[in-house]
Amino acid sequence: MNSNAIQQQSFARRALLLGAGQGAVGLLLGARLLQLAVSEGEKYKLLAEGNRVALRLIAPRRGWIVDRAGKPLAMNRPAYRLEMQPDEAGDVEAILARLAVLVPLTPADLARIRDDMDGRPKYLPVEIKDDLSWETFAAINVRMPELPGVRPVRGFARAYPGGAPYAHLMGYMAAPTHTEYARTHDRLLLLPGFKVGKEGVEKALDPVLRGKPGARREEVTAGGHPVRALETLPDTQGHTVRLTIDRDLQDYTARRIGAESASVVVMDCWTGDILAMVSMPAYDPNAFSNGITQTMWAAAQSDPRHPLIDKCVGGVYPPGSTFKPVTALAILGAGISPDQTVHCNGGYSFGGRVFHCHLKRGHGSVNLRTGLIQSCDVYFYHFGRLAGINAIAQAGRELGMGARYALPIGGQRKGIIPDEAWKLARYDKRWLPGETLSCAIGQGYVAANPLQLAVMTARVASGRTVMPRLIVNGPPTPAPALTLPEEHLALVRQGMIDVVNHGTAKRAKLGQDFQMAAKTGTAQVRNISAAERRHGVRKDQSLAWSLRDHAWFICYAPADAPRYAMSVLVEHGGHGGVVCAPIARDVMTYLFEPAAALASLQTVEGDRRQRALAEQWRRDAAERAAEAAADAAAKAAAAPPTVPV
Amino acid sequence: MTSALPLWARTTPWGMIAAVAALGAFGLLVLYSAAGGSLHPWAMAQGVRFAVLIVAMIALAQVDPALWRKYAYWIYAAVLLALIGVEALGAVSGGSRRWLDTGVLRLQPSEFMKLAIVLALARYFHNLPRTHIRSLSALVIPFALILAPTALVMAQPDLGTAMMIAVGGVAVLFLAGLPWWWFAGGLAAIGGAVPVLFHFLHGYQARRVTIFLDPGADPRGAGYHITQSKIAIGSGGLFGKGFLQGTQSHLDYLPERHTDFIFATMAEEWGVAGGVFILLCFGVVLWWGMGVSMRARTPFARLAAAGLTMTLFFYVAINLLMVMGLAPVVGIPLPLVSYGGSAMMTVLIALAIVMSVAREADTG
Repeated sequence: MNSNAIQQQSFARRALLLGAGQGAVGLLLGARLLQLAVSEGEKYKLLAEGNRVALRLIAPRRGWIVDRAGKPLAMNRPAYRLEMQPDEAGDVEAILARLAVLVPLTPADLARIRDDMDGRPKYLPVEIKDDLSWETFAAINVRMPELPGVRPVRGFARAYPGGAPYAHLMGYMAAPTHTEYARTHDRLLLLPGFKVGKEGVEKALDPVLRGKPGARREEVTAGGHPVRALETLPDTQGHTVRLTIDRDLQDYTARRIGAESASVVVMDCWTGDILAMVSMPAYDPNAFSNGITQTMWAAAQSDPRHPLIDKCVGGVYPPGSTFKPVTALAILGAGISPDQTVHCNGGYSFGGRVFHCHLKRGHGSVNLRTGLIQSCDVYFYHFGRLAGINAIAQAGRELGMGARYALPIGGQRKGIIPDEAWKLARYDKRWLPGETLSCAIGQGYVAANPLQLAVMTARVASGRTVMPRLIVNGPPTPAPALTLPEEHLALVRQGMIDVVNHGTAKRAKLGQDFQMAAKTGTAQVRNISAAERRHGVRKDQSLAWSLRDHAWFICYAPADAPRYAMSVLVEHGGHGGVVCAPIARDVMTYLFEPAAALASLQTVEGDRRQRALAEQWRRDAAERAAEAAADAAAKAAAAPPTVPV
Repeated sequence: MTSALPLWARTTPWGMIAAVAALGAFGLLVLYSAAGGSLHPWAMAQGVRFAVLIVAMIALAQVDPALWRKYAYWIYAAVLLALIGVEALGAVSGGSRRWLDTGVLRLQPSEFMKLAIVLALARYFHNLPRTHIRSLSALVIPFALILAPTALVMAQPDLGTAMMIAVGGVAVLFLAGLPWWWFAGGLAAIGGAVPVLFHFLHGYQARRVTIFLDPGADPRGAGYHITQSKIAIGSGGLFGKGFLQGTQSHLDYLPERHTDFIFATMAEEWGVAGGVFILLCFGVVLWWGMGVSMRARTPFARLAAAGLTMTLFFYVAINLLMVMGLAPVVGIPLPLVSYGGSAMMTVLIALAIVMSVAREADTG
């Protein structure tokens, strides 16, 4: 055998081996093919289907907010919207330029559109303009062929039929922020035109109101571009939220406040239901939800009456004499007889200082009853000091002051109910006995918001730890009784009844059929100097508006069987008995005799004070607008000229 | 028996060519579907290229095998030089240097090296006296011949091609009759060295290996290729979703659906049936190639025919193992089916050489 033959033999053996190896690999591949496509085929079919089909969300219709009788406070109205899908539009800038002829697009709109398009897949539509008029909507529908990627969409917009009086309660709706999306990763937030509640009930109850999105099953590419629609699942509308608010009362109260800068809170003495909570002036929540303009925002911010702040819970003021029922309960609790008297000669010397009574000539001999009726400061200086600040603070807290309540509204401020421990913690200083005197008449450190004073009044009236309630969720649970003795409460109630009949709140007298119990209050805004006091304190009316005292009024009615409690605050309104009492009287009258209350509205709206105030605000707004315009002009002149795009 | 056909036609293996043509034609159908039912951009270009190259293959098959033997070293040297050229002044393409831009043509020398290494080694063992086959010198020179291009291609870096060059060369060494235990020892050494080698892999290469071991670890990232390919093949079932009905490919889930992953594109629409058809067609070609090597008259012819057939086998096996999730993702197309000219040209040249060996063996 030659070497070639030997080699061929060896080669053949090895070639056969390799051939067999090839066959083995071939069989392995065939087996794997069967394994993937047959034994695991179902699994991969599902996976392929999961790839192919994507769910596209449909924005849910938001739940309504209604008042206690079911009247709408926030609802949805049909609205026309414009969307653009960047990948279909192609040259986005050219399309926007063409659209600008049909729809007014501000530079802010354009900036928002570009911001929305950045960092989002091109197949996701972005909102161009919200809430188009029917004319514009129709005009765009006609021009559709020239506008690739642009889609007019019919949707819903939030509407607040009541307008401004509901601004602080409702809050408003706005597009979600990037951070809100980053926190939840809820794809619903990416839908063009989708809005979330930003303040008030809209924000606090957003999860309840939002509803469940519907979905469209669509065949999509790996890039997410829809190819065709498969089927649609309808959305589930959000739940309707029923508030304890009485829409008619709220509307009436807002009208009755008129041009004042004021807060009115009306509560049910027993259930805590808040029937009206009005802070005026306010903004129009409809305007906010549709994107407020820069000028509107600037005007609201510079308004000295702070329309953006909910004074009912976000404004804290010294309660002044309306705090005296609290001090009175602390005095009684300290074991001091209501018949004990102190002599008021217009001032009270303590610690080398004279604390003045509001009545310069003095009240003479004063006991608890006359102290409340006359609102004599000296009585509360003297016996309040004897009771001590800790007792006063304890009574205040028992009556619901210095607390934040579990209500679906933001911006609640706690105020201050001071005691010795509070001062030590806050200022690292010991409590001075002289400070008790100021606090006893609701001045000094004491600060409260109107809601707290309404709660305090309701608790005094009912003798129960009533908690304020804004949402109707089942029947109210009866509140447990206060720890304060009923006979002490009865004495304070009688004092408040006498205030209306004989004292500082005569203007709050209701009709013959039922009576009201009340307490007035005046909170100083400025310090009165000794020199001024010598020459006679200046009349409040002669001062500039912003230096005048805040006027307070708390009341409940009917006096013999309390049902409603109320607090009224008029910022810089002067004496509580003059400005607040008529408002409180009319609002309370509305609850019992609406026709009579509406009749009185006519005279009020034409009265001199209201007209003068309205005129003042008109002038003030015009001045601020002119100032803002001058500012803007100066800024524009200083800034380098911008190149038109 | 005389025939009306000319000699070249009588000595042409039409059965094998039919299998090749079937693969090419089936590939065109798949490319047509992958483009969404369009001849453009792939099917038309590929069809023209395939037609031209298959004619060129038959023409090239008329070359005498002795001529290949004579120029084997020169071919090897030229391709090696070109590889060095790629390293030195190659254009950067796809993150690695693989192409030599001559100005007219973009050549991929590593492709040709798959053939040149087989030819050069066949030539070496053709002349090596039988008695020297067990000497160490019989190992040193072939080892150097394999190592040089493998290292150069590895440096490009192109792990898949480097591996194919190395295993193609080793296959020739094995067929040439080098002692069994060298291969057994080599296999053991490679097994032991894998963890060490893994350390030296480029970041993306190492990731491909780890992803292969556990594709579910990162299904949206690097494991995406394997996962989507398996979904395409698995969801096709026995007979597929039907021509033009594949969703994985048409909705862009399948990456490289017209090149490396064309088998998955095919299997989604044609099912196991289409897969088995492709396996059988390649089986026919490989069976024929190994058969030719058995009949070949000279050591060079035997080694060249078997070595080139093994090269085709490695091409097909590595691609299919990868596509079905049995091997890491390496950038190797399915020859004759995938879109692209390089692999097709390499395979058709290899088949042309085997055809010339076959004619010499059958006509004498």
